[in-house]
Amino acid sequence: MAEIYYSEDHEWLAVEGSTAKVGITPYAAEQLGDIVFVELPDAGRNVKQQDEVAVVESVKTASEIYAPVSGTITANNEALEDTPETVNEDAQGAGWFFEMTLSNPEELASLMNKSAYDEFVKGL
Amino acid sequence: MNEPKLLQTPLTDLMEELGGKMVPFAGYSMPVQFAPGVRAEHLWTRENCGLFDVSHMGQARLRGADPAKSLEQLVPGDMQGLPANMQRYTVLLNEDGGIIDDLMVSRPDDDGLVLVVNASCKEKDYARITSALAGQMDLEPLETRALIAVQGPKTPKIFAKFMPAACDMVFMQCGHFSLFGHDVMVSRSGYTGEDGFEISLPGEHAEAIVREILSDERVQPIGLGARDSLRLEVGLCLSGHDFDESHTPIGAGLAWAVPKLRREQANFPGAARILAELANNPNQKRVGIQPLGKAPAREGTEIQVGGAEVGRITSGSFGPSFGGPVSMGYVGADHAAMGTQLDLIIRGRAHPAKVVKLPFVQQNYYRGKGT
Repeated sequence: MAEIYYSEDHEWLAVEGSTAKVGITPYAAEQLGDIVFVELPDAGRNVKQQDEVAVVESVKTASEIYAPVSGTITANNEALEDTPETVNEDAQGAGWFFEMTLSNPEELASLMNKSAYDEFVKGL
Repeated sequence: MNEPKLLQTPLTDLMEELGGKMVPFAGYSMPVQFAPGVRAEHLWTRENCGLFDVSHMGQARLRGADPAKSLEQLVPGDMQGLPANMQRYTVLLNEDGGIIDDLMVSRPDDDGLVLVVNASCKEKDYARITSALAGQMDLEPLETRALIAVQGPKTPKIFAKFMPAACDMVFMQCGHFSLFGHDVMVSRSGYTGEDGFEISLPGEHAEAIVREILSDERVQPIGLGARDSLRLEVGLCLSGHDFDESHTPIGAGLAWAVPKLRREQANFPGAARILAELANNPNQKRVGIQPLGKAPAREGTEIQVGGAEVGRITSGSFGPSFGGPVSMGYVGADHAAMGTQLDLIIRGRAHPAKVVKLPFVQQNYYRGKGT
């Protein structure tokens, strides 16, 4: 059973054991507007928490996505190459970005649960 | 946050009320998008009718003994040949033939010429005109007027009931008409590649007039985001981006705005340089550039051939009607031929692209019945 965490940069992580699936939240997708291109990290890449790891382009602008925790990328959602609009349609499901193994699970403590994230968004 | 006070247009309050996401642009608070978003607004305009507040642009009257002849000292267009009730596109040149701004010049009545210049260039344009033509001409900025654009294929059908006489005009004609009882200046033109009008309104009545127009549900308010993607798809330049004072009209791909008569007269600023570039090619040329992958190439992106820089992207986005990324930029004359393969360096990686003919999406102007 995956446990869901949220970052202040509007990413979600579905964590199972030492692996996580990562994407951006529906709130972030809505703020970005119509997503037309997503650049994803290649499998095998090692990232540190807060590294720039992906780029989301809307019609108007490009936005960087930061690694919510440290670890190694194991897979990315290749389907987004052809259908980036999936991120707008199903941000927390089919619109996932990448999977990773966590190198420092203690970093999860710096993230929020759903109710804390909902409160965080309300305050924006 | 300590933000500088932004200017308002006569329509700013209404744009906010309509749900506009307001952003600073050229010193004004302007709607970048509304609830539907840039892509939906873009597509709406190509299929229906989009209404844009463009009151931030500079409207001015140029008066004097012979305004067209005087203005020709600063622009390469045939202003003396501009007939009554016509509008023409031209460029304001510095002494070296570099482009200060592009502008529309029209003759809607007998009161001199009406100029429409870009919002971000108003001050330098007016300074250039008033200093170069001091003693000959009087320039009066029409600061209390609003300006809207209504654009899209359904525009003439909708305006047939609001302003029927204006619908008889063809592309680039202009004149005075009555709209909901107010005298307005109208040209059949725009910045989207679609059929439509630009309408200069008395500022104090602008909000009431726009509410009346929006009562037709085929008309939706559109933000500056879609205005930019619409103009880019049809290959129209954004002043200060797709040209600046380092470019002549020739390098900028605007040689058509330097007509034969003026080439022969060679009496505009920088004529020697401009005529030399016409004869021998400029160093850098503006071209359409189509990224072959999905990644948009934004303004400033480096363009390479064989690992060496040959130019930069000056406008780039995703084209909602085109269905992929679209851009324009400058490349060396050796690399400007249609079909030339280029590499665009996006976030450190080379992405293939090619030089293409502009526009990306066909323009849809009204040039008379039967066209």
